[in-house]
Amino acid sequence: MATQTISAPAPADGSAPLKVRRKSPLAWAKQHVLLAVTFVVFVFMLLPNAVILWMSFNQPDGKFNYTWNKFSLDAWKNPCSNSTMCHSIGLSLEIGVVATIIATILGTMISFAMVRHRFKARSGINALLFLPMAAPEVVMGATLAALFFNTIGPGAMGFWTITIAHVMFCISYVVVTVKSRLAGMDPTLERAAEDLYATPTQTFMKVTLPLVAPGIGAAALLAFAISIDDYIITVFTAGNSETFPMYIFGSVQRAYPAQIDVIGSLMLLGTMTVIAVSQILNQMRTSRKK
Amino acid sequence: MSSHDVLGRTEGGDLRLVGLTKRYGSFTAVDDLSLTIPQGSFFALLGASGCGKTTTLRMISGLEDPTIGQIHLGDQEVTDLKPYRRPVNTVFQNYALFPHLDIYENVAFGLRRRGVKDVKTAVVDMLNLVELGHLAKRKPTQLSGGQQQRIALARALINQPQVLLLDEPLGALDLKLRRQMQIELKRIQTEVGLTFVHVTHDQEEAMTMADTIAVMNHGRIEQLGSPAELYENPATTFVANFLGQSNLIQAAVEGETDGVVTVSAHGQQLKLDAKRCRSTSGKIILGVRPEKVQIATDRADVPAGFNALTGGKVVDTSFIGVSTQYLVQMPSGEELSVFEQNTGRTIQRPGTEVVVYWDPSQGFGLEGTQDIEAGADADEEAAA
Repeated sequence: MATQTISAPAPADGSAPLKVRRKSPLAWAKQHVLLAVTFVVFVFMLLPNAVILWMSFNQPDGKFNYTWNKFSLDAWKNPCSNSTMCHSIGLSLEIGVVATIIATILGTMISFAMVRHRFKARSGINALLFLPMAAPEVVMGATLAALFFNTIGPGAMGFWTITIAHVMFCISYVVVTVKSRLAGMDPTLERAAEDLYATPTQTFMKVTLPLVAPGIGAAALLAFAISIDDYIITVFTAGNSETFPMYIFGSVQRAYPAQIDVIGSLMLLGTMTVIAVSQILNQMRTSRKK
Repeated sequence: MSSHDVLGRTEGGDLRLVGLTKRYGSFTAVDDLSLTIPQGSFFALLGASGCGKTTTLRMISGLEDPTIGQIHLGDQEVTDLKPYRRPVNTVFQNYALFPHLDIYENVAFGLRRRGVKDVKTAVVDMLNLVELGHLAKRKPTQLSGGQQQRIALARALINQPQVLLLDEPLGALDLKLRRQMQIELKRIQTEVGLTFVHVTHDQEEAMTMADTIAVMNHGRIEQLGSPAELYENPATTFVANFLGQSNLIQAAVEGETDGVVTVSAHGQQLKLDAKRCRSTSGKIILGVRPEKVQIATDRADVPAGFNALTGGKVVDTSFIGVSTQYLVQMPSGEELSVFEQNTGRTIQRPGTEVVVYWDPSQGFGLEGTQDIEAGADADEEAAA
């Protein structure tokens, strides 16, 4: 401490009053405890991912890639050596994209209706929208299966029935996300646009949509992420089709190739790249402004 | 007067409100308001919150539809025109700058919506007018409150509206900045010569800037006039209390001779200029502004011909540098306030017996049947 008070005068013997005191071990621990906890949490969260990456370089001894045998690049060289697996990935991606587009468009429109208008069935619809998130997935899946069995029959089930089911539960997440963004938007901005000669269409395109876009984008990403890894409802509505999560579940019984870990690692790296790029772009944009 | 602006529109014409009424269910926000605002004037709608001033403004801009009544701009009726078709722009209370657009695009917004191709010169000129040309590439959130306020003004002004509406435009600024912006706004208004309609609850702000003030209360106009007229000759107790402070005293008229009304109040005779009396018979309310009142310890010090009220006692003295504010209690318990300019006179301590006196020509008389307290709380409410 550099300041001295009257009650604690400088030592009379002339020794340096401001000698740097050695910190006690307790003080050292106090200062570093946050760092330590942060580190542990990171390890906890990232360890499974690290294991997947590590195991993707394994040459499994037998059908199951569960134990480390020896290093190999085989799986990375031929990620699609198992065509069933790659076909299931393709199907998952297709369903993910289609379901995301439909759910995002419908969900955004619902959000606007719910936030901007007061109508009779509003609270009832609010509850219905929450249902797919609250109801047990097994029950939802079983009921959907019964519905499709009794209407179009098991033979016709596949891409479209899965997509319809995914749209159903993705809509809830889209509505929740877009609604919060929309509710947080200052309504005078639209009044201001109107006041500045923007027609209702122009107001929507030039002011409302750009301001809600981050919410819509986040909602779409969320919908895609939920769709791509859904298993329970998908199983009930898939008919003879097989999505990637279904393939992995099945492979636990048949054979678990290292390629699954390759795909897992690729997904992980892909996600991290997207995040990193968006962060860098953001940084560049803010630094350019200064 | 009529001229063509850069956009080729004809400007000119007064803003006329005819029997404008707005009801929300059983609540009447604006009640049969008729008003003519001359072109090129700086007009203020002054009132406490909930008096209908903002609703009136929103009806002029088109963001609110009147229940009954018409709005005319020059010889054009605009009552049913959509807001984006009216030659009227607004500076919103919270500025409402578009956060996703930079300052340049915010200012260019109105011109672009009307299909103006080359906006650059106009935008640069406008940014220079508000002295913020160097901030064109910034986003609104990177600007201070005062800068945002000026951008909101530029964004509205660039469209050369026939009428510019200002909705409590300085409400969010601190006191010092507000004073500065008041002068700035007045300068810009004089420079561009447009009609400004300014809504505010701050009487000082209205008085500083406006040529004409309409004091609103319960959806109606209490009084309309220049700041000096309203201050010197308030028509009602509401205006007297809302616009500045007033000492209002219950009095009874005794007679009138040669344009001088004699009244009795606190058992003493006082005189009033008949021209400044709204009523000259029966019970009236005598008003006098605190800065026109002086105090003396001796009756003999009161100049001849002045109104004097004896028997007062100072109950509070606050010295604030430029002036001293006294609260003088009369024998009836009523308190009068006195602002005495700091001219070196002795400051009277609380407890001192004093005579309160003023020039009879400085008083005004109001209808005696009104609520003497009307508007006194409204001012405090608005200030809070």
